Amino acid sequence: MRKPLTVRILSALDSKQWLALGIFLALALVAVPVLHLAVPEESAFHVSTYMITLIGKIMCYALVAVAMDLIWGYGGILSLGHGLFFALGGYAFGMYLMRQIGRDGSYQSDLPDFMVFLDWKELPWFWIGSDQIGWSLFLVVAVPAVVAFVFGYFAFRSRIKGVYFSIITQALTYAAMLLFFRNETGFGGNNGFTDFKRILGFPITSSEMRLVLFGLTAVMLAATLVFSAWLVKSKFGRVLTAIRDAESRVMFIGYNPLWYKLTIWVISAVLCGIAGALYVPLVGIINPSEMSPANSIEIAIWVAVGGRGTLIGPIIGAFVVNLAKSWFTVSFPEYWLFFLGLLFIVVTLLLPQGLVGLWKKVMKKEGAAA
Amino acid sequence: MNATVATTLDDRPEGSDGIEQMGHLVTGELDLSHGVALYLEDITVSFDGFKALNNLNLEINAGELRCIIGPNGAGKTTMMDVITGKTRPDSGKAFFGQTIDLTRLTEPEIAHVGIGRKFQKPTIFEQHTVFENLELAMKTDKRVWKSLMAWLTGDERDRIAETLKMIRLNGEADRPAGLLSHGQKQWLEIGMLLMQEPKLLLLDEPVAGMTDDETMRTAELFVSLAGKHSLVVVEHDMAFVEKLGGLVTVLHEGSVLAEGDLATVQNDQRVIEVYLGR
Repeated sequence: MRKPLTVRILSALDSKQWLALGIFLALALVAVPVLHLAVPEESAFHVSTYMITLIGKIMCYALVAVAMDLIWGYGGILSLGHGLFFALGGYAFGMYLMRQIGRDGSYQSDLPDFMVFLDWKELPWFWIGSDQIGWSLFLVVAVPAVVAFVFGYFAFRSRIKGVYFSIITQALTYAAMLLFFRNETGFGGNNGFTDFKRILGFPITSSEMRLVLFGLTAVMLAATLVFSAWLVKSKFGRVLTAIRDAESRVMFIGYNPLWYKLTIWVISAVLCGIAGALYVPLVGIINPSEMSPANSIEIAIWVAVGGRGTLIGPIIGAFVVNLAKSWFTVSFPEYWLFFLGLLFIVVTLLLPQGLVGLWKKVMKKEGAAA
Repeated sequence: MNATVATTLDDRPEGSDGIEQMGHLVTGELDLSHGVALYLEDITVSFDGFKALNNLNLEINAGELRCIIGPNGAGKTTMMDVITGKTRPDSGKAFFGQTIDLTRLTEPEIAHVGIGRKFQKPTIFEQHTVFENLELAMKTDKRVWKSLMAWLTGDERDRIAETLKMIRLNGEADRPAGLLSHGQKQWLEIGMLLMQEPKLLLLDEPVAGMTDDETMRTAELFVSLAGKHSLVVVEHDMAFVEKLGGLVTVLHEGSVLAEGDLATVQNDQRVIEVYLGR
């Protein structure tokens, strides 16, 4: 009678969706490496380093967008501070990357360059163990989780909702940004971490390492998608959307919304942290500007553009907005923010269900016509 | 915190009828041994000096069907808020059975000990299907981990099917609840209440917006539920109240004005004054 968990996870996607996911992974893990390494650079089919970094970066953003959708689209809680969790994951892994530089920095010291510059003689206590990959990966998950849990517990217990919650999360990420800007905080001040050399002793800028990071990001994105599909199709997901639609009713039938909100909030934060940890080695830098309020708002825009409350929507939104951004910032850099603002207004007014909603509408009309 | 409440109701030693042997100091166990399901004593609630409830006293017996009537602002909804933990009284006692102090429990805890509430405006989950609405309401362990791993058993499906039949929505199981008619939504909410297997049902204007036919069928349903459950019905529709039979309590300005069967209450001079006098 009771289906085992693995079977339930398998049934989270239908056969078409599994096929699409398989094609995506085959492209990312086989086609892209072959086209990058084996096809000569002059060929039109060559995938450049620039493209790999760009697509890898956008896949990290897509991961954040899915995390945002879980809390916003399904939980009805708009966070305007998700950039914080992304940056925390990035910083946690960035510490490891800084330690991997070893004595190859400008000052040939065991300490990261910025500490030498500040005339620090030893590592601060929170850097202890940062040369261990296992501990660093643990921090990538644990730091966003703990911050999200503590903040979420008090916010949800006080029944802070709607726009008030959004404003507080915005303030939270802004405060964290100011904190990380300070040199004394111990995370490189406004320069953050950069000039990474190695991961696990392998050079970070090699084609192979880039492809490994690209592949890991693709696998993580696919896994997150499957996990999220299972989550929203479980009874937990139904309770979550019920809380979104009629919270007091949910309480009167005996659920405590606090723990449901807190669970999805922490899961969402952890996914952002993982995305940040994948992002930092790929782009080679992390600094406090990742925590700027504008960044967090942009995350919400990706989700709104793609379509809230669907899992594929946020991924489409992240790709569309970021591809547009990389084109705009090259061609008309000064107009990008205007375009972003316009996009948000158009989507809010005309496409409340985002691009996915538009697609569904078009398909329906065509179905009716035929 | 919910766990103690949820388990004690089910984990009574076999062979005992589960009523006489319970200690009176243990909160969290429903004790109906003295025949009282709900006991409110001197409840006062004020909002900015306005007394929504003013030394309200009310006693509902186990298995009783009680109607509460009264003009607007008499405190009917506030009374329900106090019973379900949404509003805390400034003073007074509110007990469920002999032992459960309602003023100390949260809303979900009160739902777990066996009080179900239907709101004035039907609040159902419009985006969920009718079936899912009932599934979410079903009495079960409602903690996060259990919900993550939940999978409906055959018995549970049967129970949902049974309730669907009782509320005459078995043809609509897979439709989004938002598409139901107003009367059907009211019925769905009553069905959700029944899925919780409450000992006490609080029903705030359950037949508002129903056709006469639906109203009469609702009355039949409620009468059939009394005995097994205690019901408190707030209603303006006198034909409906008459059909329900049972005692009627009239609230006015936050306290009880009159109590008795409908005919007695309707002939009470003070009641007539309150309803017609201004």
